[in-house]
Amino acid sequence: MSSDATVRAAKPSASLALVKAASWGKGFSILTRITVMAFRHPWQASFAIGATLVASAFQLMIPQLLGRAVDSTQVVLKGGDAGQMAQDTLLTTALMLLGASVLRGLFTLVQNYYSEAVGHHMGYRLRLACYEKIQRLSFSFHDSMHSGDLITVGLLDLEGVRMYFSTALVRMVLLTVLIGLGAYLLLSTDIVLGLLALSFVPFVGWRSSVAQLKLRATWLELQDRLSVLTRVMEENLGGTRVVRAFAAHEHELEKFDIASKNAVELAHQRVGIRVSNTSAMTLSFFIAMGLVLWVGGAKVMAGTMTVGTLTAFLTFMTILQMPVRQLGLMVNAFARASTCGARLFELLDLDIAIKDEKDAETLKVTDGTLRFENVDFAYPSSPDLKVLAGVSFEAKRGETIGIVGPPGSGKSTLAHLIPRFYDTTAGRITIDGQDIRHTTLQSLRRSIAVVQQDSFLFTTTIENNIAYGDPWAKETHIERASESAQLHNYVLGLPTGYDTVVGERGVSLSGGQRQRLSIARALMLKPAVMVFDDSTAAIDAGTESRIRSAMRKYASDRVTIIVAHRLSSLMHADRILFMEDGRIVESGTHDQLLKADGRYRALYDLQVRPGDDLGHDALTA
Amino acid sequence: MAEELETERHDVRDDGRRPPRAVVGSHRIEEEIFGKLFDSNIVRRIWAFVHPYRSKIYWAVAAVLCFTAMQLAIPLIIRHAIDKGMQEGSLDHGVLTGSIIVFAVAILINFAASYAQEMLVGGVAEDVLFDIRRAMFSHLQRVSLSWMDKTEVGRLMSRLQGDVNSMQEFLETSVLSVGDITLLFGIVVVMLTLDFKLGLLTLSALPVLFIVRIFWLPRARKSFMAAHETNSIANGALAEAIHGVRAVQGMDRQAVNFMLYDDKARANLTTHLRAAKFAQVMVPIVDSLTGFAMALVIVVGGARVLNQALDVGVMVAFLFYIQRFFDPIRSLTLQYSVMQRAMASGQRLTEVLDVPVDIKDAPDAKTLSADMDGSVEFKNVVFGYNPKHPVLKNVSFRVNPGETVALVGPTGSGKSSCMSLIHRFYDVQQGEVLVGGHDVRDLTQDSLGRQIAMVLQEPFLFTGTVFENIRYHKADATRDEVIEAAKAVGAHDFIMRMADGYETVLGQRGGNLSLGQRQLISFARALVADAKILVLDEATANIDSYTEMLIQKALVKLLEGRTGLVIAHRLATIREADRIIVLQNGELIESGNHRELMKNDRLYSKLYNLNYSSFDDIPDDVVEEAAVEQAT
Repeated sequence: MSSDATVRAAKPSASLALVKAASWGKGFSILTRITVMAFRHPWQASFAIGATLVASAFQLMIPQLLGRAVDSTQVVLKGGDAGQMAQDTLLTTALMLLGASVLRGLFTLVQNYYSEAVGHHMGYRLRLACYEKIQRLSFSFHDSMHSGDLITVGLLDLEGVRMYFSTALVRMVLLTVLIGLGAYLLLSTDIVLGLLALSFVPFVGWRSSVAQLKLRATWLELQDRLSVLTRVMEENLGGTRVVRAFAAHEHELEKFDIASKNAVELAHQRVGIRVSNTSAMTLSFFIAMGLVLWVGGAKVMAGTMTVGTLTAFLTFMTILQMPVRQLGLMVNAFARASTCGARLFELLDLDIAIKDEKDAETLKVTDGTLRFENVDFAYPSSPDLKVLAGVSFEAKRGETIGIVGPPGSGKSTLAHLIPRFYDTTAGRITIDGQDIRHTTLQSLRRSIAVVQQDSFLFTTTIENNIAYGDPWAKETHIERASESAQLHNYVLGLPTGYDTVVGERGVSLSGGQRQRLSIARALMLKPAVMVFDDSTAAIDAGTESRIRSAMRKYASDRVTIIVAHRLSSLMHADRILFMEDGRIVESGTHDQLLKADGRYRALYDLQVRPGDDLGHDALTA
Repeated sequence: MAEELETERHDVRDDGRRPPRAVVGSHRIEEEIFGKLFDSNIVRRIWAFVHPYRSKIYWAVAAVLCFTAMQLAIPLIIRHAIDKGMQEGSLDHGVLTGSIIVFAVAILINFAASYAQEMLVGGVAEDVLFDIRRAMFSHLQRVSLSWMDKTEVGRLMSRLQGDVNSMQEFLETSVLSVGDITLLFGIVVVMLTLDFKLGLLTLSALPVLFIVRIFWLPRARKSFMAAHETNSIANGALAEAIHGVRAVQGMDRQAVNFMLYDDKARANLTTHLRAAKFAQVMVPIVDSLTGFAMALVIVVGGARVLNQALDVGVMVAFLFYIQRFFDPIRSLTLQYSVMQRAMASGQRLTEVLDVPVDIKDAPDAKTLSADMDGSVEFKNVVFGYNPKHPVLKNVSFRVNPGETVALVGPTGSGKSSCMSLIHRFYDVQQGEVLVGGHDVRDLTQDSLGRQIAMVLQEPFLFTGTVFENIRYHKADATRDEVIEAAKAVGAHDFIMRMADGYETVLGQRGGNLSLGQRQLISFARALVADAKILVLDEATANIDSYTEMLIQKALVKLLEGRTGLVIAHRLATIREADRIIVLQNGELIESGNHRELMKNDRLYSKLYNLNYSSFDDIPDDVVEEAAVEQAT
């Protein structure tokens, strides 16, 4: 890893984490935005909400029908000859009840299905938007952002936003209708008994909201603690040899126990929160039911109420019980959507630092001349620290430029400016006279290939990896690139050849093999400028020289830039730039620089015969 | 589903060119998720973990039964209150009050029982989860390295997490399903007792639901699985885009990737919509059956109430039971999947727990004391990871106390194996390895480890502060000792330049440091360990000459007063060694100091004269050439 990366990684920005405590106003505007997104699927959203209204109306009919049925069985007791009529009433009530149940079921299906469908469609759109944004955001953003945090936004926060419609909005409609209409029906039937029957509602609503918010907060905390545990286990298993080499398994078990105890304590705590709240909620519900039974019973005895009405009250309560418990889930869903939405939208709304200018033109490579003109550069994360200062040089087609210098001298940074991974802070870079900032990114990046020091391989076949930049390439092209990178013979030796899957979950390649693969990948682009960013360090010198001679035939068509700390990798260059503290301090051919007897010479002596004290002194002097 | 979309896409894209050689995201084929329903062997193994908590489990089951009994009793109490306590016009409130008191008692018991049951079950499930995980983790510290070498860390992690979690789920739901079964039977019994005919009639709805569930479950499960799978595929692709963003932008693949990702996201959408259909289709079925059962009670039961053949309270109780009795069926059918999943997970967990531990302390193992002489000796050692293909063939050499020996040889010559054997990562097949004059097999592994400090080629650092990493081997090292060690190896300066000095938290595997810096920290770590013997595998490449110089100096410091065994790649290191041992194809072919070996005019001098700065830079074919030349 280059020292530039070290500097950057040491300063993680907390940009997306800052929005933890969103204000009410902000929360509201986020929820509005999500709601608007949901109604971008107008039919499905309306179906869901319409069905919710109908389904809850049918559900509220059920207790009344039950009450009516019970009452009609009591007719006989009161007055004699209405027996047949009562029978008829029973039958029609039963049929209505059946009808109401079936319809409630069907409308609930519509409600649930369409509210989920809205969520999934939103999820689909958001996923695409997120993916595209992440792909396009420039390097400086990705440098400042921990990839794990970005994944959390793309997965969990997206999920929180997606679930908003069904778990918050539709549920709110459902609960409002059920509780509101239910309360109206109960209270209009008998105000005292109605109040008793509803007495559990505020308590349960409050408890469940408190419990859910607490559970969510502790859940997030638990995830943090579990991730510590995961890390302990992962590092232990990955570093088995170190653990054993130091006979440190006791120490490791201790680490495990601490992490594990932290997590298990919180897990117990969460069980406690959950159980004590649900038990209290159930108890309050039953207390209300007991009161209804008691007072209602007395009313029945006094003749001011029928058994049927009492039954209706009791069934109403059972119907209300579940939705009231869900109040907490709803409150939680609102809270979750607003925090998740805040993070997700912040990502989606980010400005892309490096993008095409309005009138950007396609890069036209004619002579193939690359020029740096007084280039200054500082990373956006530390704008005061000049990594490059006044760098100017020119490279013509067919030329090879070697760049060497101590760690942190800006070699890699220089290489990263050519394809506009970052923009210069002053000065300009041109290709055939065109400022690269005025060309389209696509045409620029297709003309420049950078072979990174630590190249990322994709988990797919070797063939797909080589053809990464040109997925429609012919097989012969792929093999030719592979041959030039001295990879072909190795691949042929694999049981499945070019179909072998490599990368994170595939066959693991050695550092040198990875580098050769990424060289082959870069060759496929047939670039006008090819940059090797310390990308042959893990390749032995013999193979490297063979790669070099294989590429000689392409070299005449392009500018080649080699950043390396091993001098044998760049001694043959047409010009070597020695960099120090962001400036070019020596420049010339290998022989010229040796004669100049400066820093390059010192480095050379050090590398060729590292044991000699002469080298040390020259370098430190 | 996914395939359909793919082909559809290809048609759309048909511009005469064939489909691109491109994918986004990778997909690991998921492991078997469902095992057989019941495997007594696995249940026995898992029970062993539950055993310490068995009294809690018994109490939990008792509480579950209590809770269920109250669920059954409450409608009965209501029935009693209605039938016996609410005679219109009656002035005797005694029965009603009595019923209310019984009701109050019942709900208090219900409260206590549900609290106890969930607390106990939830708590025990968490405890067992962590116990199983700890047992596995602890076991993995002991299993042979060769097993660890061939097992992917990701796979082990999924054992330690996913599989352990599904055991927890199983444990939690099994106790609760005791309650479900009891509730189901209880409702059936109570209904039949209250009124046999009406009960029988009402219960006719139950088998219908049961049959519907049996047909529904496998199909629904398939759709849920598909949704789950497409979800992890899409998520994997997103993660890849994040990790590989620099390569993606460098090769301008955004447009192609977006198109490919769209396929995955769309497959995710369609499978989820399908799964939602499956999940929701049960709602109207259950509702209709409930409505049907209630209608039956009203028509048939109501008629009998009219004829005064049935108390109205019984009818009300029936209506209450009907609202409850579909729940247990739903949870029981879900329990079926939980159980299958748990059996598959249990199988994998026991596999890990059963991996044999090859290398154990002998029963009468001695402690290697710190005042041993620090010598290392190989006597006729034969060793191979696969016994049929020995990596070391009859190797013998001795490293005297305080001596530094460089092991040199081409790749695959057996250098690393020598190193592993000193620490007894593996056992030899023949011969013996002696440390301080004792066969390593006669020593306790802990004491052996304490006297040998190892520096691996790829310096592995742990997440934590620099300070913690340096004293990794010696947890009681003081701050001064740590700083002194860091100064001695030349790491102090760059450590102090970091934001929080020694308290700087290193990212995963020391990710925020360069390789050379990590190397220096691992040197400091070995220095703090202060062991008699130092075994070091020199880093081969990737270090710039400036850091390299620091490392060379540190090495000298590190070897001071210690027996050193260095797998050397740098000529500088090799030349300064007291003695050089040249290995080739598992055999010792030369030994002596630099001057002696140069005079020998064999493999070493040949390679040396090729004038490479590192032996690793010499291409394989050149080494072979030199070796052949020397053999003839």
